[in-house]
Amino acid sequence: MNYINKYGIAFLFIAPAITVLFFFFFVPVFAAFVMSFTDFDIYALADFKNILFIGFKNYQNLITDPLFWTALKNTLYFVVIGGPLSVIVSLSVAILVNSKVAKFKTFFRTIFFIPVVTTIVAVSVVWKYLYHPRFGLINYILNYFSIEPIDWLGNSDYAMPAIIIMAIWKNFGYNMIIFVAGLQSIPEQLYEAAKIDGANEWQKFYNITMPMLSQTTIFVCIITMIGYFQLFSEPYVMTQGGPLNSTLSIVLLMYQHGFKWWSMGYSVSIAFMLFVIIYAVTLFQLKWQKKKEI
Amino acid sequence: MKIILQIFFSVAIFLSFNCNHSSDEVSTIKFWGFGAEGEKVKLLIEQFEKENPSIKVKVQQIPWTSAHEKLLTAFAGNSLPDVCQLGNTWIPEFVTLKSLENLNSLLLKSSIKEENYFSGIFETNKIDSGLYGLPWYIDTRVLFYRKDLFDSIGWKSPPKNWDELKRVSILLKNKYPKSYPIFLPANEWNPQIIFGMQNGSSFLKNNNSFGNFSEEKYKTAFSFYKYFYENNLSPVGMSQVSNVYQAFTEGFIMMYITGPWNIGEFQKRIPQDKQHIWMTAAMPSTDSIYPGASLAGGSSLVLFKSSKNKIASWKLIEFLTSKKQQLKFYTQTGNLPSNRDAWNDSILINNIYTKAFRLQLENLISTPKVPEWENIAMKVQKSGEAVSVKQSSITEILFNLDNDVNRILEKRRSLLIKNKK
Repeated sequence: MNYINKYGIAFLFIAPAITVLFFFFFVPVFAAFVMSFTDFDIYALADFKNILFIGFKNYQNLITDPLFWTALKNTLYFVVIGGPLSVIVSLSVAILVNSKVAKFKTFFRTIFFIPVVTTIVAVSVVWKYLYHPRFGLINYILNYFSIEPIDWLGNSDYAMPAIIIMAIWKNFGYNMIIFVAGLQSIPEQLYEAAKIDGANEWQKFYNITMPMLSQTTIFVCIITMIGYFQLFSEPYVMTQGGPLNSTLSIVLLMYQHGFKWWSMGYSVSIAFMLFVIIYAVTLFQLKWQKKKEI
Repeated sequence: MKIILQIFFSVAIFLSFNCNHSSDEVSTIKFWGFGAEGEKVKLLIEQFEKENPSIKVKVQQIPWTSAHEKLLTAFAGNSLPDVCQLGNTWIPEFVTLKSLENLNSLLLKSSIKEENYFSGIFETNKIDSGLYGLPWYIDTRVLFYRKDLFDSIGWKSPPKNWDELKRVSILLKNKYPKSYPIFLPANEWNPQIIFGMQNGSSFLKNNNSFGNFSEEKYKTAFSFYKYFYENNLSPVGMSQVSNVYQAFTEGFIMMYITGPWNIGEFQKRIPQDKQHIWMTAAMPSTDSIYPGASLAGGSSLVLFKSSKNKIASWKLIEFLTSKKQQLKFYTQTGNLPSNRDAWNDSILINNIYTKAFRLQLENLISTPKVPEWENIAMKVQKSGEAVSVKQSSITEILFNLDNDVNRILEKRRSLLIKNKK
């Protein structure tokens, strides 16, 4: 009772947010969790009596489904290659944009941020032209260096790299802004002191910028990793998972099962599997970073 | 304040009366069409609206790639249109969902007769004696072949049966060792299924609740399919043929099993001075009856149960399946009419390429009518890929295929048992 008296006002203030969260977040997530133990499918859509509780069968089927492993492999490929590349690109661009010698800083910051706010569907049309095997700009440039034309989106070896390049271009601006904020919070005296000690640019970067940015970097890495695990819209608009499932991501697989075949139960079990994977990787990342700090 | 309110209400009442009045006269129906069909149908609909001033039709065009998802989502969200174009392999699914109107009684009262349609294609719209759609256009597969290359080895006519198909392939391969006589794309399920149909396979058994691919009839057909890969008569993998039309013109591939839309494409993409090199032929058979079976594909027009304007909607379906409109639709899209009368028109009779299709239409077989078919077809396609790269023996591949299919049909079995009780 005392507790409520003490925090009553606080509860009142957060009540609207909690209510919204409850109905639009917790309830659906809980319903989905229950659904992952049923065989909710097209028959269930016709008549709810056709739903059966099947325990862990969805998860069992999932583990034995080769397509799931293909999707997981593709997603990991995207996360492991695309994630670090994206962070490196954002950091480099942030340093360039924040550099003292750079001119028109705001202008460039805006330019680099534009891909983030453009819609993926419009952008994909442009990128499809860029990647076109015969008339695309990229192959045209490669031709200049006498490299054979590459069928970027039609070849199963090149489709994923093509998606990675596009995803990095699309997303690096967001992380760049966060890095710029991080860079600006580093006190100028540190650099001045280093300068007096005769440190060169690389030493300044390695001994001042990197450690001072570590908190920002952890944040960016985790956010990027989580975002990249949910790879969906790029392959959905560019390749539909093809060729030969080489760009099929976990979320795309989930979408296909859910909305193409309407096997909702199975589809939801994929979602929870992905949740477990992301959760585990995030925990690992946090632990690893902490260890490094000690 | 009071006066303002009074004015407001009287205006509101006046407006609402007006609205009611106008909607009594004109009934609006929603029609969904897919891809090019959805675009081209608008011209026909204009004519329909002119003939029926009391009916307004709202056409919504949906890309084929998202059509299926869109329909299921619309069903779940209770926002289906009145009339829709529906790929006829999807009909069982929507009948299972109990969302399609049974058209039996409407057909009885109508001037349209079942005999107006080709039986194979009409059959795809029937589930347990109930009629759930009317065929709009037919999409079947025939053999497109290089006439000039056939001539060069002394074959004056296309292969009529499986033996001839094998023989002509070998002869072509001997004469043009660097080329491939036939193109069976491993990312399609159609060729295997068509061969299976020709050999009388039922694909599924026990009331369509188990896979039946290991059975002798399908096995023979599958071995026939394998024969072309085994003897290097069909290119393996898709990368060798990046552009079918180019490969066909160059003679890299000489036979290709494909559908009516490619008549237009072949006419457009093969250079004008080389148009004489190609021809179409009905599918070969396993016995002396020519042609052999092919897929009864295509789209039907369906009426959804949720529709509030069923009479007007049925009128639209009748209109679109009439001879005159079917011919107009054919000239605009190249889609083959489902109406027999339309085929007696000179436009179709005089077209040398559609002749093979006309012949083929008499022997069409539909794929098993289960909602799971699309999913099963994906597995069939995978088995084709496996045999093309010689991963394992036919027995093993078909055993795995049956296993996969049985898993897909698990729910269907449990429901069949439940319904019996």
